[in-house]
Amino acid sequence: MTFKKITSEKQLKLTANTIRQNIIKSLVEAKSGHSAGPLGMADVFTALYFNVLKHDPKKPDWAERDKVFLSNGHICPVWYATLAEAGYFPITELMTLRKLNSRLQGHPHYWEPPGIENSGGPLGQGISIAIGAALSAKMNKEKHRIYCLTSDGEHQEGQYMEAMMFAGNNKLDNLCVVVDRNNIQIDGDTEDIMPLEPMRAKYEADKWHVIEVDGHNIKHLIDAFEEAKTIHDMPTVIIAHTIPGKGVSFMENDYQWHGKPPTPEQGEVALRELQEIRRQIEEE
Amino acid sequence: MKINSEMKLNEKLFTNVEKVPSRDGYGKGLVELGEKNKDVVVLCADLTESTRSNWFKERFPQRFVQMGVAEQNMMGVAAGLALSGKVPFVSSYAVFSPGRNWDQLRVSVCYTNANVKVGGMHAGISVGPDGATHQALEDIAITRVLPNLRVIVPCDWIQGKKATIAAGEAVGPHYLRFGREKVPVITTEQTPFEIGIADIYADGADVAIITCGLMVYESLIAAKELEKNGVSSMVVNCHTVKPIDIETITKAARKCGAVVTAEEHQINGGLGSAVSEVLVENYPVPMKRIGMKDVFGESGTPDELLKKYGMNSSEIVKACQEVVKRK
Repeated sequence: MTFKKITSEKQLKLTANTIRQNIIKSLVEAKSGHSAGPLGMADVFTALYFNVLKHDPKKPDWAERDKVFLSNGHICPVWYATLAEAGYFPITELMTLRKLNSRLQGHPHYWEPPGIENSGGPLGQGISIAIGAALSAKMNKEKHRIYCLTSDGEHQEGQYMEAMMFAGNNKLDNLCVVVDRNNIQIDGDTEDIMPLEPMRAKYEADKWHVIEVDGHNIKHLIDAFEEAKTIHDMPTVIIAHTIPGKGVSFMENDYQWHGKPPTPEQGEVALRELQEIRRQIEEE
Repeated sequence: MKINSEMKLNEKLFTNVEKVPSRDGYGKGLVELGEKNKDVVVLCADLTESTRSNWFKERFPQRFVQMGVAEQNMMGVAAGLALSGKVPFVSSYAVFSPGRNWDQLRVSVCYTNANVKVGGMHAGISVGPDGATHQALEDIAITRVLPNLRVIVPCDWIQGKKATIAAGEAVGPHYLRFGREKVPVITTEQTPFEIGIADIYADGADVAIITCGLMVYESLIAAKELEKNGVSSMVVNCHTVKPIDIETITKAARKCGAVVTAEEHQINGGLGSAVSEVLVENYPVPMKRIGMKDVFGESGTPDELLKKYGMNSSEIVKACQEVVKRK
């Protein structure tokens, strides 16, 4: 038995909102960690885990599951919050983020907790691991799909370029990568630090199918994931245009929120704002 | 010194010993593993022939993955294959893998405890004319510090084959180090080999030479030479640098009271350092390390280089005489 999908757009939005609130709570409690990326990717994670994926939170090692790899490990608070919301582990465990003896490491450690498909943090590594999984599935003629979530900044890594070339030339059509195109990195805006454009053309040159989408429109994200399933002989990249810090006004689009957590006071303001958004979703 | 008959070493050891590159053992081991286990896959970064992975490729083309010149991606892809149940062997030159892709080895493989095997070819100064850029003399140091990783340095092609098969049958990350040049075939199919167990190839009482790789042969030659001068030496093939065989090393030091280490690697961080760590904590004795003395190599023939940089039997003889005097 697989996980029951959520199809109602409203329910999906509410789920993403819950995940965002839990990200804020866990970061306040952790007193360290990354805020902007996790909030920015909450809609992508929601679309994947609550609609697109074939998986079973009660049987995380199910061999036929679709697999998700996280290449930019630092946004793991959203991975943890999503897995907990989906039922992989108790939501209360989110409050152990980054603490001694916790499974929820500051950057993810493989299978801690089950559902975490890869260790990661050093940028550029996760995409190669995902490619290995896609290659293995091809060799075994398995039908499950491989997803990899990456940041825009990590496209500056040499390994990432190696991986892009390999996946395209090896026609890994069971691989779907999502780029969190939020335009920020630690030192500033990506296009000031080391421009990444034209990103679409780079992927096309390496023989990828490219879809660009608003990374906060869950319906469009699901459509993009479904389109990717129909593409043959090419891996798909979904360039998801996102707003870093999405949902919290003082964090949105400010690169300074890349690598720090909210203080308890800021956390309260953030939760109030997210609660207000929740009220609006419910009224829709 | 007395050759240990239990080790069933090559009888022609001191007469007309045949020479074969140790990397041939990697190639043959891969094919043998491939026959036994359909999950074994081989990855190579544009060095298929010189890593001998072409033998596997010819036999199992569907299980061979050409990565192009991209060692970092290769290590990560191997991790992904391993997490999916495959047994991947990552093949390249040691300077590139684990040299260039050490971070990927550290996080994607070792921290994850992914079942990846890394074959580093053309290690040591004996790669010769290619020069310092291609002479991996630091690979043991950078691998033996990684948790979960085992580090093995076979002394010839037969041991190389056994090590490859043993690594493929064991679970967890392994690094296997091989050389380019033809080296004397010291062992036979009957010679015992077990990961983590150092083997006493020759027994003696005055000094223990603890060694690995192509220096095992040089050590045996040195032991024979020392015998003529009345020094009885033990030769220990410490093919597994990690986990190191504390028991055998400590016993050897206790029996001989002096130790020389010999390896084709930087003097800092390699087998000599590993043995020093064991003895300092367990049974300190006068000791000397033979290896590359914190300098880079250069172009030259393997023999010229080993002589110039002090990694041959005559250097081992001198070192043994020195430590015996210090007892």
